Amino acid sequence: MSLIGWVQICLTLALVLAAAMPLGAYMAKVFSGGQTFIAPVLRPLEHGFYRVAGVDPDKEQGWLAYALSVLAFSLVGFASLYAILRLQAYLPWNPQGFDGVAPDLAFNTAVSFVTNTNWQAYGGETTMSHFSQMAGLAVHNFLSAAAGLAMAMAVTRAFARSGSATLGNFWVDLTRATLYVLLPLSILVALAFVALGVPQTLDGSADATTLEGARQVIALGPIASQEAIKQLGTNGGGFLNANSTHPFENPNALSNALSIFSMLVVSTALPITFGRMVGARRQGFALLAAMALLLVAGVAIVYAAETSGNPLLSALGVDPSMGNMEGKEVRFGQAMTALFVAVTTGLSCGAVNAMHASLTPLGGLVPLMLIQLGEVLPGGVGSGLYGMIVFAVLAVFVAGLMVGRTPEFLGKKIEAREMKLAMLAVLILPLVILGFSSVAAMLPAALASLANAGPHGLTEILYAYSSAAGNNGSAFAGLSANTPWFNTTLGLSMALGRFAYVVPVLAIAGSIAAKTRAPVSAGTFPTDTPLFVGLLVGIILILGGLQFFPALALGPIVEHVLMLAGQTF
Amino acid sequence: MNTKPDAQALFDGGILRRAALDAVRKLDPRSLARNPVIFTTEVVAALVTFIWLRDLFASRADVGFSGQIAAWLWFTVLFATFAEAVAEGRGKAQAASLRRTRSDASAKRLLDPKNLGDLYEGVNALDLKVGDVVLVEAGDLIPSDGEIIAGVASVNEAAITGESAPVIREAGGDRSAVTGGTTVLSDWIKVRVTAAPGSTFIDRMIALVEGAQRQKTPNELALSILLSGMTLIFLIAVVTLWGLAGYSGTVVSVVVLVALLVTLIPTTIGGLLSAIGIAGMDRLIRFNVIATSGRSVEAAGDIDTLLLDKTGTITFGNRMATEFLPVPGVDERSLAEAALLASLSDETPEGRSIVALAKADHGLSEPDFGARAPVVIPFAAQTRISGVDIDKRAIRKGAVDAILRFANTAIEHAPAEFRQAVDQVARTGGTPLAVAENDRLLGVIHLKDVIKPNIRERFAALRAMGIKTVMVTGDNPVTAAAIASEAGVDDFLAEATPEDKLAYIRKEQKGGRLIAMCGDGTNDAPALAQADVGVAMQSGTQAAREAGNMVDLDSNPTKLIEIVEIGKQLLITRGSLTTFSIANDVAKYFAILPALFVATYPQLGALNVMRLASPQSAILSAVIFNALIIIALIPLALRGVAYRPVGANALLRRNLLVYGLGGLVLPFIGIKAIDLVIAALHLA
Repeated sequence: MSLIGWVQICLTLALVLAAAMPLGAYMAKVFSGGQTFIAPVLRPLEHGFYRVAGVDPDKEQGWLAYALSVLAFSLVGFASLYAILRLQAYLPWNPQGFDGVAPDLAFNTAVSFVTNTNWQAYGGETTMSHFSQMAGLAVHNFLSAAAGLAMAMAVTRAFARSGSATLGNFWVDLTRATLYVLLPLSILVALAFVALGVPQTLDGSADATTLEGARQVIALGPIASQEAIKQLGTNGGGFLNANSTHPFENPNALSNALSIFSMLVVSTALPITFGRMVGARRQGFALLAAMALLLVAGVAIVYAAETSGNPLLSALGVDPSMGNMEGKEVRFGQAMTALFVAVTTGLSCGAVNAMHASLTPLGGLVPLMLIQLGEVLPGGVGSGLYGMIVFAVLAVFVAGLMVGRTPEFLGKKIEAREMKLAMLAVLILPLVILGFSSVAAMLPAALASLANAGPHGLTEILYAYSSAAGNNGSAFAGLSANTPWFNTTLGLSMALGRFAYVVPVLAIAGSIAAKTRAPVSAGTFPTDTPLFVGLLVGIILILGGLQFFPALALGPIVEHVLMLAGQTF
Repeated sequence: MNTKPDAQALFDGGILRRAALDAVRKLDPRSLARNPVIFTTEVVAALVTFIWLRDLFASRADVGFSGQIAAWLWFTVLFATFAEAVAEGRGKAQAASLRRTRSDASAKRLLDPKNLGDLYEGVNALDLKVGDVVLVEAGDLIPSDGEIIAGVASVNEAAITGESAPVIREAGGDRSAVTGGTTVLSDWIKVRVTAAPGSTFIDRMIALVEGAQRQKTPNELALSILLSGMTLIFLIAVVTLWGLAGYSGTVVSVVVLVALLVTLIPTTIGGLLSAIGIAGMDRLIRFNVIATSGRSVEAAGDIDTLLLDKTGTITFGNRMATEFLPVPGVDERSLAEAALLASLSDETPEGRSIVALAKADHGLSEPDFGARAPVVIPFAAQTRISGVDIDKRAIRKGAVDAILRFANTAIEHAPAEFRQAVDQVARTGGTPLAVAENDRLLGVIHLKDVIKPNIRERFAALRAMGIKTVMVTGDNPVTAAAIASEAGVDDFLAEATPEDKLAYIRKEQKGGRLIAMCGDGTNDAPALAQADVGVAMQSGTQAAREAGNMVDLDSNPTKLIEIVEIGKQLLITRGSLTTFSIANDVAKYFAILPALFVATYPQLGALNVMRLASPQSAILSAVIFNALIIIALIPLALRGVAYRPVGANALLRRNLLVYGLGGLVLPFIGIKAIDLVIAALHLA
């Protein structure tokens, strides 16, 4: 680790925080229907959509209607994306003349993009036409993120309101999230990417003859625009197979910093939006502090583990001063790679600027854990916030009694119904991740996909299911995931990780919204103090992490101790 | 029932012996199924026992290990059921003593209840129906709960309240309710029965203290959902470990997986949860408060606003003389002397307080009139004057206007200082009395409502807890405001009618606040029913007692404050032990995980930070610690975590430090210690 490395990390995070403050305030206005500077331009457009779609923007929905709207919207999105992928051979903008996508892969990819996971079992430049990329994948990059944002707002309103039967209107939230938040930001970031040298063209690939006289196909396309929403919407699905390690997606140190910035900015702003909308700004900062604490700890561990390098290589005479550079890009360096690794997994983004499988065992443990902790640090657009609120509710419930009152969060009592739903929600991750991993670990057909033996292979399986269920989408690499088994089970994991989680969460929101908000007194459990932040961190680690500890012990942890003992995989 | 808190030892031999038996009886899976965590433990204990028996017959080598694990798993379950049995045991002992006082004696049922004729037939008390009218005479046991419709009697209610001083019960008004099982000491009453046999007050009390009708309270229910959810999550983690370990070529034995599961699931709080709840109710009962629902005990902890009657709670209820204010030309001592003389014939509490003040502050003693027998003018409500004529001296004290009339003066002609004194006393919420000798005004006596000592500090403590206190009084706003500011309450309701109380409660509840109040009259009933915690006085009417969700057997309205504290203590105990239980998991992982995979990956021994002797002793130590911690915490669960009236933040910091951090660290020490013992004894 070096001072200059930490300066880079801190500077990037400081810029994110500086931008998140006004963005958070802006989103609070957008989703409360307030006047924003951009409204004169967008308001007519917005209302045009409502008229076309026959949506009455003033008619609010209860939690069930809201949840059903989310499900219906996602189902239609899934079906149309599946159709586009299967039929891309007959659709326009297919300069490379790709065939239709195979059924299991199309299923996996469609689920992947509708759930904001963007797990890619395919190589973009060798599988997807420009039409599939732009009309199919990029559209869902916006919509899945907007749906997440909408649900986060529904949950926020539940705490902001008192005795309310409704949570807002999904279609209005979805439209506003896209029009007012994601589109304007994407345009700005896409232009910045273009300025930094990322290609933006509708041409197919370019042919080049190398110095050796070999013919090389250089993939091109509308990369900058894809890249912007890939990061802003915490999607992470790259235009190119190599994702953000590829020089066309992420050409230099500045574009790397911009990638990290745009991944983080919306999710960082959302707790601030939450604090403003519920009328307790300190609460927003408290949630943000818990997220930041664990995320920065993750960055530090990755950075330390990677710079200390691999003792086996050092023993062979490799200069250890650079640390472990396997699978990393020299142009980003250790510090900004460590930051990228932790951020992309602490968020449910999943873009990668290094090969996670090539990280040292401890360096690889961190992204895996950050995903398994529930993708709340700070988590995907919207999903991070509502995931964090579920943890806050659990923290309040476990420790809130210790002040001698039945638990309440922001003046709302947490009772049996909320607990039942919260437990349903937090059961999903361990059930899906450990369940599928356990079966895959014993199934010869699944084991055939592994590139590495030993604990590293187990980590590959664990990582794949964690990434899918956590709606992260990053790959540990090394696992050949484009098989019917993995395409199907990972597709199911993604769907369960998203929808089996959000339905109970929206139900919690419904029951919270209906409760009367109790006033704060000296006897109220304080949820905006450093003490609570510490408690929340503890609950995330214990209730979110402990169940994965045995599995992690068999994967990266044992790999680490074996590496120290001189064995590698 | 005459057991005051702490009078009964936490554990007495008889209760423990019976609890040990009950603990075994409670192993019945049908009753254990109510407690998913312990039920799961029982199921896997049976599984390990089966494996042990199988291995025993197959003469496997490690049969000693699985046998010990099985034994400790059963102990874990037994300790949990024992905790519940001990908690119930104390209630059962009380129920038994109550049952002895319940009457199954005969009753005198009137043959002509309409006209209340004196003819009656002897029937068994258990055959009485609601609406029957019975005659109860001196020495009789009142056969059932009822309402007096004729007569007046002194009644010994010691069976219920533990208070042996008799109370007067009479038809009409707020003192007309009688309770079955109490005894009429003198005179006679005719009582209309209001409770069917089996549902009288005593019957309900027996059921409550026995815990027969015990249902999980709302927060307890929510907590058991959390605990069940955690059990399920760890079940998933342990079951899937089979496959994950299988990948690495490790065959993990079922016994070890079970050990891991049981140490991870929250057995500590799962085992103690119901004991904590029962003990909380029990603490109330020993405080002579009967809660008719567990819900109200929890609600007591949540109270935001306390409605307190001024009289009896905040003040002693009698106006007392506190000051003599003489007019110029009269010294204070002579005023005091005159007031003393004038009040000797006044037997009202006010009159007595004047005598007491004169004696205490001015060292005056009862005057010796010698042979000159004075003419005494006793106090009368009509004249509002009392006094004495000694020779030519006619000394009077009384209401200001009455004294002015006596002295033949109009208020305008009274000395300016006299008028000022009268005004000043009235302004501060007191009552002025005037003293005159013949035509001469001597001065003013300041009578005021005396606030109970230390009540101000208690209200300050309540404020620190975030609880607002509201004084309810029939006084006018000026008087009410003065007393409110002196007592340090946050708000007051002056000239309050029962409707005002009800409206105030509704208004506060609309704002999301929880309200507690106490009352005894029939007109309090709607407010008692509306309040989240309504404490009815045992001395109150039947209607009030039905409307409230708690009954205070001592009829002491100040107890509302203690009730809140008991509610808070119950919740704190529950939360602290939950946090402790969950924090324990970290250490258990560090004990069991390295042991689990040591065959395949000896290098994982690096995680064995406690340096436990062997894999088997590590697992055994964790399981033993997990079982013993339940027993070790039973006293805490029953006694409750100490509650201090400080702000929530300070309370949280302290409890989080003790039970959160303590829960993290203690098992490391405990498991290591047990491991040392096991290694020394060569048990594993």
